Amino acid sequence: MLCDQCKERDAMVHLTQIVDAEVTQLHLCEKCAAAKGIETTVAMPKHPLGDFLHAVQQQAPAAAGDQARCAYCQTSLRDFRASGRLGCAQCYTAFEGALRELLRRVHGATKHRGREYEASVSAAVIEGGTELDSLRDRLEQAVAAEEFEMAAKLRDQIRALE
Amino acid sequence: MTLDLSLLPDGGIPWITASGPHADIVLSSRVRLARNVAGFAFSPRANDGERLRVLQQVREAASHSALLSNAVLLRVDEMTANERRLLHERHLVSKELAELEATTARSGSAVLVGDEAALMVNEEDHLRLQVFRSGFDIGGAWERASRLERELGERLPLAYHRDFGFLTSCPTNVGTGLRASVLVHLPGLVLTQEVGKVLTGLQQMGLTYRGLYGEGSEVVGNFFQISNQTTLGRTEDELCDHLARVVAHVISRESEARRVLSRDAGYIIEDKLWRAYGTLRYARSLGADEAMNLLSGVRLAVGMYLIGGISVYTLNKLLVFSQLAHLSLTEGRPLTEIEANLARARYVRGVLAVEAGEA
Repeated sequence: MLCDQCKERDAMVHLTQIVDAEVTQLHLCEKCAAAKGIETTVAMPKHPLGDFLHAVQQQAPAAAGDQARCAYCQTSLRDFRASGRLGCAQCYTAFEGALRELLRRVHGATKHRGREYEASVSAAVIEGGTELDSLRDRLEQAVAAEEFEMAAKLRDQIRALE
Repeated sequence: MTLDLSLLPDGGIPWITASGPHADIVLSSRVRLARNVAGFAFSPRANDGERLRVLQQVREAASHSALLSNAVLLRVDEMTANERRLLHERHLVSKELAELEATTARSGSAVLVGDEAALMVNEEDHLRLQVFRSGFDIGGAWERASRLERELGERLPLAYHRDFGFLTSCPTNVGTGLRASVLVHLPGLVLTQEVGKVLTGLQQMGLTYRGLYGEGSEVVGNFFQISNQTTLGRTEDELCDHLARVVAHVISRESEARRVLSRDAGYIIEDKLWRAYGTLRYARSLGADEAMNLLSGVRLAVGMYLIGGISVYTLNKLLVFSQLAHLSLTEGRPLTEIEANLARARYVRGVLAVEAGEA
């Protein structure tokens, strides 16, 4: 739908007005809405992820540290900056310094105060078993994809665990 | 596989009954907890084998859960695009898990649907526990979500960090992993142009809002999903209480706006809302957004006692069942937009005729 005012840009703000017992519908683009002094927050929901990615990008410009990778899942800080997602639980330890600063910006806090968790199942045993299994899976996939550098790293990790 | 929704307890949408408090303004309250199983990469980074093992472990843990005792497992990765859309229209799977644009969903993705809770598996986090309640009942949702999480946590080792709490794929969810949200209908505030102020106020209070279908969805039909923005640094009770307090205030502002409308623009509003009802009763073609906006008008009319004889339950049902995938299911084939508009009008007419005692 085009803006009722300029008929050029897409209408982003949809306004129902009641003036002197007349109901009118206005469809405006953000620019024309702003020119009319209309509050446009309705049309532009603020997404936590958007804020968050903004905060990520605001952080120090890509440094040499960006190349550092999580030993477990091979996600780099650069991957994280691009996607906004970490690869695995170990990433939180691998990038702890950068994350603390980020969490402070996003949540205004760096310390969990909610429910505490103590694994009642023997996480170590399960983790050991599954970690090895998943590393073997990864090795298989890396070989199939001819990612030999990655395969070599995975092989070393498997040996260390075995 | 053909998706048989009749197998689902309450069709997976127990909130639709409109039996909860303030159901005329609040459609549903939801608490979601994000959790990951220790020892696996997070779902988007994991490989097929890992995701399937996560699913296996979750199924095993869920089979011992009292809250999921009647739960039905739906393999989202074996569904057609329309079946995935259907679950999305019922809020049972997120946009991310449904992968609406893709021909197939990520391997290992599934949802367990029980009487009181649903569990998404292999979304961006291994586990997304969700509890929906009818009307304004954040406390009830949190109580059940917390109980379910404890049940599962006893059998699954969860990814947890001494300082950061429960670890999640996206650091915006870390800590409690809790997102409490309330789906509210605010036509009064929109018509009186007060909504901008209220929404800005929400953001200053550390809350955020989205459209009917959560992150990235547009605000249509004056439906807003209000939720907490941060998850770290406060306890679960604090997060839920804060949201509940602010939403209670929003509800009273909406009620006040409705009083102002009937006082200052009584007959205009009454005429506008009856016209909305008339269109829904007799139109031969209804677009998706159009239907949503008209249903919003009728819902307001019912809330303001201008139109009688229509239950909020019927309006909730129309909201969900008049969407594309549901219409395709009823018609038994995929629909083009024009066909869907015709089918939508036919469906809405039929339901409202029954409600009016004419069919």
